[in-house]
Amino acid sequence: MSEVAIPPQRNAISRLWNDKETRSVIIQIVATVLILGFFAYIIRNAVDNLAAIGKGFSYKFLWQPSSYDINQHFIEYSSRSTHFRAMLVGLLNTLLVAVAGIILSSILGFTLGVLRLSKNWLTNKLAYVYIEYVRNVPVLLHILLVHGIIVHSLPVPKNAINFNDTAFLTNRGFFTPAPEIEPLFWAVIGLFVGAIVFMLWFKQFAQKIQDETGKHYPVALIGVGTIVILPLIVYFLLGSPIVWNIPELKGFNFKGGMVIRPEFIALWLALSGYTAAFIGEIVRAGIVAVSYGQTEAASALGISRGRTLSLVVIPQALRIIVPPLTSQYLNITKNSSLAVAIGYMDVVATIGGISLNQTGREMECMVIVLLIYLVLSLLISAAMNWYNNRIKLVER
Amino acid sequence: MRVTKTAAFAAAISLAAMGAQAGTLEDVKARGELNCVVTTGLAGFAAPDENGRWEGFDASFCRAVAAAVLGDGEKVKFVPSTGKTRFTLLNSGEGDILFRNTTETMSRDTDLKLNFLPVNYYDGQGFLVRSDLGVTSASELDGASVCIQTGTTTELNLADYFRANGMSYEPVNIETNEEGISNYSANRCDVYTTDASGLASTRAALEDPSAHILLPEIISKEPLGGATRHGDDEWSDVGKWVVNALIIAEELGVNSTNIGELCGAAGNNPSINRLCGTEGDMGSMLGLDAQWAVRAISVAGNYAEIFDANIGPQTPLALERGLNASWRDGGILYAAPIR
Repeated sequence: MSEVAIPPQRNAISRLWNDKETRSVIIQIVATVLILGFFAYIIRNAVDNLAAIGKGFSYKFLWQPSSYDINQHFIEYSSRSTHFRAMLVGLLNTLLVAVAGIILSSILGFTLGVLRLSKNWLTNKLAYVYIEYVRNVPVLLHILLVHGIIVHSLPVPKNAINFNDTAFLTNRGFFTPAPEIEPLFWAVIGLFVGAIVFMLWFKQFAQKIQDETGKHYPVALIGVGTIVILPLIVYFLLGSPIVWNIPELKGFNFKGGMVIRPEFIALWLALSGYTAAFIGEIVRAGIVAVSYGQTEAASALGISRGRTLSLVVIPQALRIIVPPLTSQYLNITKNSSLAVAIGYMDVVATIGGISLNQTGREMECMVIVLLIYLVLSLLISAAMNWYNNRIKLVER
Repeated sequence: MRVTKTAAFAAAISLAAMGAQAGTLEDVKARGELNCVVTTGLAGFAAPDENGRWEGFDASFCRAVAAAVLGDGEKVKFVPSTGKTRFTLLNSGEGDILFRNTTETMSRDTDLKLNFLPVNYYDGQGFLVRSDLGVTSASELDGASVCIQTGTTTELNLADYFRANGMSYEPVNIETNEEGISNYSANRCDVYTTDASGLASTRAALEDPSAHILLPEIISKEPLGGATRHGDDEWSDVGKWVVNALIIAEELGVNSTNIGELCGAAGNNPSINRLCGTEGDMGSMLGLDAQWAVRAISVAGNYAEIFDANIGPQTPLALERGLNASWRDGGILYAAPIR
């Protein structure tokens, strides 16, 4: 139907409706209004119903004393602290397991991916079996299994596995000496930070020299020297300015030192092991997707095997690996909420669990937990998208 | 049809048909079934038996209410709930009444908008430890690892107790009783704490119950009772008087075996007559018929029978009546009179 076919006296609305583009805009607007209206209705309904039984929506409880204790807290916390502080403690515990999980799952995942490509039949098949087993069992079972193995098989504090009277492994955690920092140690830290800044500059400088003259500096080796070895030498020259607080068995438990609790270890290992299987497959797919001709071309140019991998294959594979890797990082963060099953005090167990239960503010607490996961996920996505943009194919 | 479906869906995923409106009694009668909120399974209190039939102390109270209101103690739909979901289920109208070893507290009564029924079990938080630890009192628990079943006021009592006594401890908060027991039996914790009745139930389920002892200290008052939601006083009254009737029946010596004889016709004891509905007009005051209490008592017996059958000394839980004995026998169980 062409424009000419529409008689001019037709009213404006039907003319708008007959235009394909306007029609699609109208439909989209109506759909948006309907969807927003639907959610507005549900929220309104919930608020009205809460008001009807006299339970207004209020966050005042956040400033009341929480009246419960949390075993793992990185900030000062006691049962006299507020629910808000309990939430922060939970949030830090969630962050710890998420970050540690992302690091370990990446290392394991990349290793698995490479092993899956190995020409050695045994390593290849071992990686294959591991991946298939782990991927096809729910992560909650992994968590319960690892936790069960730790608490049932490790000895009680009295019979702790003793590492030279300084560290002790028990089913209540791994007790290690805790560092107590003396003022001089800050000099070592300052040197360490300075070394990192220097190396960032030196890397660019070395690149420039190589571009100009073709001279190649062993940047990695110099890096290790300045960032690790130099601060270590200074540390010993200053007379080791760290006092170690060594754990000691007193009564029921070890006192002093640091403790890594079995709940954390179980959650960390189970989440990492589980996610690593997925990452392994992503890495394998990414590497396989880089055409073998690229490798052959590189060796034809006389580039060594290692540099072929780091300069030719991996940069191209990363473009394929990073987007699905992002969702694995999101998964590990969200799956950490299963912590509650084994008693790791994450954000769900604190504000979404005990606080919720003691104050009876289900809606308020669940909104907080929801927002926390939403913000965490969006931050991870944003960081990974930034990285993805940096490494994506530069089209000329 | 589509409109109703959409509306029903919307109502279901929002906080559902909230129960501030009166008329739960009429709703239950019209439905022909009582929705009773219970635990997901606590031996002796409410748990499905091998045939899938809910049994236990709390379950019996559900049946007594159903019998009083609907005339049939089997017309109960048991709604299992966790510590977290129980009040939401009640307040959202998924349940009509709650019997879930729930402690009556001021904040629950006021802020959570609940009406508590008379206390049907006087409990308190206790400690379960291995006998080979050599601990005889909770005051010796400084530095211990304590497993806590989360989702109750247990964390608060524990934190208060250890703080008040200047002792430290490592809390291990576990979501379910099963996982809590697993941690305790693996020696992840020295102590397991929850209400003493729950500990008795837990101890009975352990591999070797005699290797574990309950410490003498009871660190909190936990008056357990049923609850209804705010705003429906008629319905709350029904729940309240069914519980009272079961307690009074024990006081008057009326039980499920002799009830036919005692309530067949008006006798010499006016109290029994009023309970039986052979004198006065008590049932209609509740919006029920004259036989309400007779049916409630017939279904699972009076308070003593319910106690003995589910949690008493002859059961695996082996709980003594203690505080829960009738006031005539030195306990504090004392129900307001029917008159």
